[in-house]
Amino acid sequence: MKSQRAEGRYSRREIIGLSLAALFPGALLQGQRAQEGDSATTRLYRPDMAGRPRDRITDYENDPFIIGIEEQLRCTCGCNLDVYTCRTTDFTCGVSPALHREVVAMVEDGRTAEEILDAFIAQHGEMVLMAPKKEGFNLAAYFVPGAAIVTVGSALLFALARRSRPAVDVAAGASGAAAGVSSEDAAKLEAELSKLE
Amino acid sequence: MTVLGQLALWLALLLGVWGTVVGFVGGWQQRPELIRSAQRATYALAGVLIVASIGLLVALARHDFNVAYVASYTNRTLPLVYTLSAFYGGQSGSLLFWAVVLAVFGALAQWLTSRRYDHLLPHVAGITSAITLFFVIVILFAANPFERLPFTPADGNGLNPQLQNPGMVIHPPMLYLGYISIAVPFAFAMAALISKRLDTGWLHAIRKWTIVSWLFLSIGITLGMWWAYVELGWGGYWAWDPVENASFLPWLTMTAFLHSVMVQEKRGMLKKWNMVLIALSFMLSIFGTFITRSGIISSVHSFTQSAIGYYFLGFLIFAAIALVWLLMSRMPVLESESQLESMVSREASFLFNNLLLVGIAFSVFWGTMFPMISELVRGTQVTVGPPFFNQVNIPLGLGLLALTGIGPLIAWRRASPRNLQRQFAAPVAAGVIVAVLLLALGMRSFYAMMALALATFVVGTITQEFVRGVGARHRLHGEGYPQAFARLVGRNRRRYGGYVVHLGIVLYFVAFVGQAFKTDIEASLQPGESVDLRSPWGHTYTFTHLGVSQYEELNRFTTAASVEVARNGRRVGIMKSEKRQHVDSFGRPSFEPSTEAGIRSDLREDIYIVYAGSVAGTEEAVYRFTLNPLVWWLWFGGAVLVAGGVVTLWPGASSGAERRRAMAGYAASLTGKGSEVAAR
Repeated sequence: MKSQRAEGRYSRREIIGLSLAALFPGALLQGQRAQEGDSATTRLYRPDMAGRPRDRITDYENDPFIIGIEEQLRCTCGCNLDVYTCRTTDFTCGVSPALHREVVAMVEDGRTAEEILDAFIAQHGEMVLMAPKKEGFNLAAYFVPGAAIVTVGSALLFALARRSRPAVDVAAGASGAAAGVSSEDAAKLEAELSKLE
Repeated sequence: MTVLGQLALWLALLLGVWGTVVGFVGGWQQRPELIRSAQRATYALAGVLIVASIGLLVALARHDFNVAYVASYTNRTLPLVYTLSAFYGGQSGSLLFWAVVLAVFGALAQWLTSRRYDHLLPHVAGITSAITLFFVIVILFAANPFERLPFTPADGNGLNPQLQNPGMVIHPPMLYLGYISIAVPFAFAMAALISKRLDTGWLHAIRKWTIVSWLFLSIGITLGMWWAYVELGWGGYWAWDPVENASFLPWLTMTAFLHSVMVQEKRGMLKKWNMVLIALSFMLSIFGTFITRSGIISSVHSFTQSAIGYYFLGFLIFAAIALVWLLMSRMPVLESESQLESMVSREASFLFNNLLLVGIAFSVFWGTMFPMISELVRGTQVTVGPPFFNQVNIPLGLGLLALTGIGPLIAWRRASPRNLQRQFAAPVAAGVIVAVLLLALGMRSFYAMMALALATFVVGTITQEFVRGVGARHRLHGEGYPQAFARLVGRNRRRYGGYVVHLGIVLYFVAFVGQAFKTDIEASLQPGESVDLRSPWGHTYTFTHLGVSQYEELNRFTTAASVEVARNGRRVGIMKSEKRQHVDSFGRPSFEPSTEAGIRSDLREDIYIVYAGSVAGTEEAVYRFTLNPLVWWLWFGGAVLVAGGVVTLWPGASSGAERRRAMAGYAASLTGKGSEVAAR
């Protein structure tokens, strides 16, 4: 960075190398590996700029059972994401990896999904679940929208059924005439409308 | 320039008060000199707010860090385009943006509206001036972007890296334009209520504004999804976050309004309902602003919590009381001019479409507010996240998709069994065939299968409409098929543009289906190591880690991890995902590192690679590899939707014919009170 350059920490050769890295990163890496003579991992030149250090991925990270549980748990860092999404997305969050380790520890203890979720609720409160449990007052969350739609829909159907009235086909010009519009006028109007259509 | 900006804001305050008062008084007393003055006040208001905005833009461009807003959201290393987009990147700047756009829309409404609706314009000026005045008050007394610091910092804090994305340059203004432009149709509706001129005039006056507003909202929401997808790195585009929900709510009610307004135009029905819908849309646009800025609901998108939430709450309460009073007092003049004649008619299908749209809006609102309700009732906060919203809204969404196909094909007033058979036999058959095929191919996700079957049905209905229309023109006028197609659309842009919009919506649903089949895997790989992932289409992808490189670029230090991708053993290419550490002009890290996903799209699926970080500071990289089916169709659907909207809006010779047709339909509905003449 600027300040480091001012301190003269890089040699000219390194600067040329870095410029090349910016242009052809893949090629430079290949070169680096070839120089070292094996595929062993090399250290990054600025590890502090590469985000939080990560642990190696184990089978637990891809275990559908664990992912299923984590998708029901909210990360408590305030991000509004579930634990799985947060730990695989927000790589600056230190909370979701810790919650993940807790889930893994409980799975290793042989606890069921229900027991794990209950343990989290006991520790963090109901808010730790991504959706409210379907019990007590929470049922209102699930049923009020549906009930409102069904109620309004039924009322609408009822009102419409009461208010709707039978109509007579256009072809039946007589009824038009009976209602005060002559059959010629009705036919003319329909012809005009179909033209516009 | 900031002094000029500040002065312009105070002038805007005076002009806002003047425009509001003379607008309403002039409209009420029909005094031409006051009416003219109100109109000029809207132009002047737009002018002074443009000056204030230029003042802020100049301060941003000049890095005037003595201005608190400039110091908070920019720094010297920020590229110019993002420096200028910081105008709406923070609380007070975005309020100024809102005020200036609203004032410009208010002035345009006065300038562009036909003289036929002169009787509405003074009230429209009063309402747009009053809303602009509210924003100017909030800016001056609670969130002033020209506020100065007691010292001048050498550099600013910079803009959040996640906002340094082309999507964020365009997504917020689009969404704001959508939100803000609702104020114009709202103002016309209220003007019609105040002046008791409740014929279809105000509907004609706002038709284009309504579509423009809806289009901006649609574009804003879609761009927001795109930004979330490419920038946030979680491999999805919609998380039912409260702020996303807040943008979705007015979209739903505006969509309902766009449909129900046709029933009023054709049949003189649903007058009260249309008033409620447009008022609700406006209130929801303000509500969205309220929850984004008040901090009452936690969201990743929220601005800093501040006292301005109280201003918005006060405005919402005042506006709600005024609206209810106005509506109640005008009930007698809002009676329908005709009645529904059959449950199997286009009017009825539009009613049910409205029921579902408003039902979805209610369920989204209810879910968004439920944590607060639960806390009030039980003293316990709960989380209402994606599992809840998906469970409640997917069935409703499918119902809506079905109505998208049904509504446009049913005849007005009453559909006969023959009409139903003629219109629906082929599309229903196509939908059923697709459902059976999907079952036979092993698809077991009920919702996904239903969505694809219904999508086929809707595409069938749209195709049938185009084919029949083109065929009829070919036969009757002897036109070639391309010419017949062009003339068919050109002569009835609203109808066929609407079909194209529906096609866009269908494509959205197709893309949503893909989310049911998303697969991902995490892996830590040393250079040269590989991991396999099987896609829902049956392909096996092999991801081989090539290495990690680090370099400086622009205002950041980048760590890039490269991966070679192969599908079924055949090389697809090299993809790269980055970790970006933004730095200030002294080279100091200015924010937490952000992640740039590597994305490769095709019609079937997206390959989505995220470099999570390195193990122990080495080139051993931790990745998340995701295969995201059908995402491309979402962006394509957005483009189709916009194209349909543009067709609908396109000015042309047909506008007169359309107006005549609308009037004829309306007249027919009046005649139909006694005569029973089918409108179609």
